[in-house]
Amino acid sequence: MNEGPMVRVIDAHKRYGRLEVLRGVSLDVQRGEVVVLLGPSGSGKTTLLRCLNHLEPLNSGRIYVDGELVGYRERNGRLVEDREPEIARKRAAIGMVFQRFNLFPHLTALGNVTAAPVRVKKMPRKEAEEMGRRLLEKVGLAAKVDGYPSQLSGGQQQRVAIARALAMEPKLMLFDEPTSALDPELVGEVLDVMKALAKDGMTMIVVTHEMGFAREVASRAVFMDEGVIVEEGTPAQLLQDPQQERTKAFLSRIL
Amino acid sequence: MPLAIEFDFGAVQHFLFNAQIRHGAWVTIQVAVIAQALGILLGGVFALMRISRNPVARFVAGLYVWFFRGTPALLQLFILYFGLPQLINNQTFTNELTAYRAAILAFAVNEGSYMTEIVRAGILSVESGQMDAAKSLGMTQLQAMRHIVLPQALRVVVPPTGNEFIAMLKNTSLASTIGLIELLGASRLIYSVNFKFMELLATAAIWYLAFTTAFSILQAELERVLAAGERERAQTLFSRMIDLMGGRRGT
Ligand SMILES: Nc1ncnc2c1ncn2[C@@H]1O[C@H](COP(=O)(O)OP(=O)(O)OP(=O)(O)O)[C@@H](O)[C@H]1O
Ligand SMILES: [Mg+2]
Repeated sequence: MNEGPMVRVIDAHKRYGRLEVLRGVSLDVQRGEVVVLLGPSGSGKTTLLRCLNHLEPLNSGRIYVDGELVGYRERNGRLVEDREPEIARKRAAIGMVFQRFNLFPHLTALGNVTAAPVRVKKMPRKEAEEMGRRLLEKVGLAAKVDGYPSQLSGGQQQRVAIARALAMEPKLMLFDEPTSALDPELVGEVLDVMKALAKDGMTMIVVTHEMGFAREVASRAVFMDEGVIVEEGTPAQLLQDPQQERTKAFLSRIL
Repeated sequence: MPLAIEFDFGAVQHFLFNAQIRHGAWVTIQVAVIAQALGILLGGVFALMRISRNPVARFVAGLYVWFFRGTPALLQLFILYFGLPQLINNQTFTNELTAYRAAILAFAVNEGSYMTEIVRAGILSVESGQMDAAKSLGMTQLQAMRHIVLPQALRVVVPPTGNEFIAMLKNTSLASTIGLIELLGASRLIYSVNFKFMELLATAAIWYLAFTTAFSILQAELERVLAAGERERAQTLFSRMIDLMGGRRGT
């Protein structure tokens, strides 16, 4: 299972009622790659991320992470949805960071980070706390270990959220506009953590409109519109020399 | 005709701590506390069923709430105490179904229907992003519910549950109609002999007021601390409550 791409999306379709949000998305992400996902509002970026860890089921198509089908198993050539423990097991290997942080407000920063290792991996609490402290230190929050989310700034909360995801030792990290809910002066501290993570070799898919980050860190930029991938290339190519009209129109609006 | 008010204050004083009344008060507390606790448990289970994806579970829970919220508690008590023994017609069942047990059972099931709605509202008050985050970390639905959603729902659930308990304390008096010697039952027993109606009713009222007042003070204090500051203070009490519920026991 250690051969091939980290992520392979094959002709993914997703509908909400009659609205078709993903209309045949195919995408490979290599190990250690950082892919930036761009696209106008409503183009299906969040939906694609949520399908990648099966927070949303697909209507058709397949998603493999590290060679394993996500959310389904194959039986006589047909896909059958996994049972919950199996879905949860596969999800545990995929970290997700949300636009609105979604920290657990009733737990401290350390509690947020240790919750899943203790409950899911059954890691002894002491061990989990040692690891949690290490991770919080790594994201620059050694002093905020015992702080509750309501006592932290947005940037600090998002860094806790990243540490929380890392605590499950994921092979893949998904970021859904991790800095767009932040005051401008707090964006840098979160991007710095993400850059360090990329440097460590983490495979990442990042929905963001931070072009500086895309240029500096990403190996590839993918532009989505109306549920399909319109164009992809290196960040430099895509940002400076887009080929498709829709890409040009979008970039002229945000750059 | 001269207006004559006859009220024997001495009798109230005398009966306030009468052994029968004290025993009745004790029965009232027992029935209320046990029935409320069972009601909370039932409410938790049926609330989970009401929001579950399983249509059968949703239907059963909906039916439960519909029936037990839609008919009088007194009627439910009579069905259980008089109706069921006729239906089941089994001597052991009839013997085992004492007024005390029937009261606890009937009030618990009735209370469960209200608690279902309260717990459901509490769960729905927790942002869906919390469930998403918990699941994305590899928790199952049940783990996420228990460790992430329910502790947060608690904040919303505690105040109305306090009100429910106060209602419960008073509604236990309905059980005097099936011969349970709780607080009101004990007063009725005594005034049926000495005809001092008003004095014994006043005695019972004093006890009920003492209970409800004491609990109201407790409830207000609890809510004050829960609401205080939104920050550290509330959080620590909150964490302590979760500790008490066993939510943080090691691994
Ligand atoms: N749970 C849902 N039920 C119904 N429609 C939904 C749901 N989630 C998303 N949609 C719709 O799907 C479409 C794509 O949404 P999605 O959130 O994936 O877009 P996005 O590219 O992330 O946009 P944004 O940049 O605004 O975050 C939108 O039209 C949205 O309204
Ligand atoms: Mg989005």
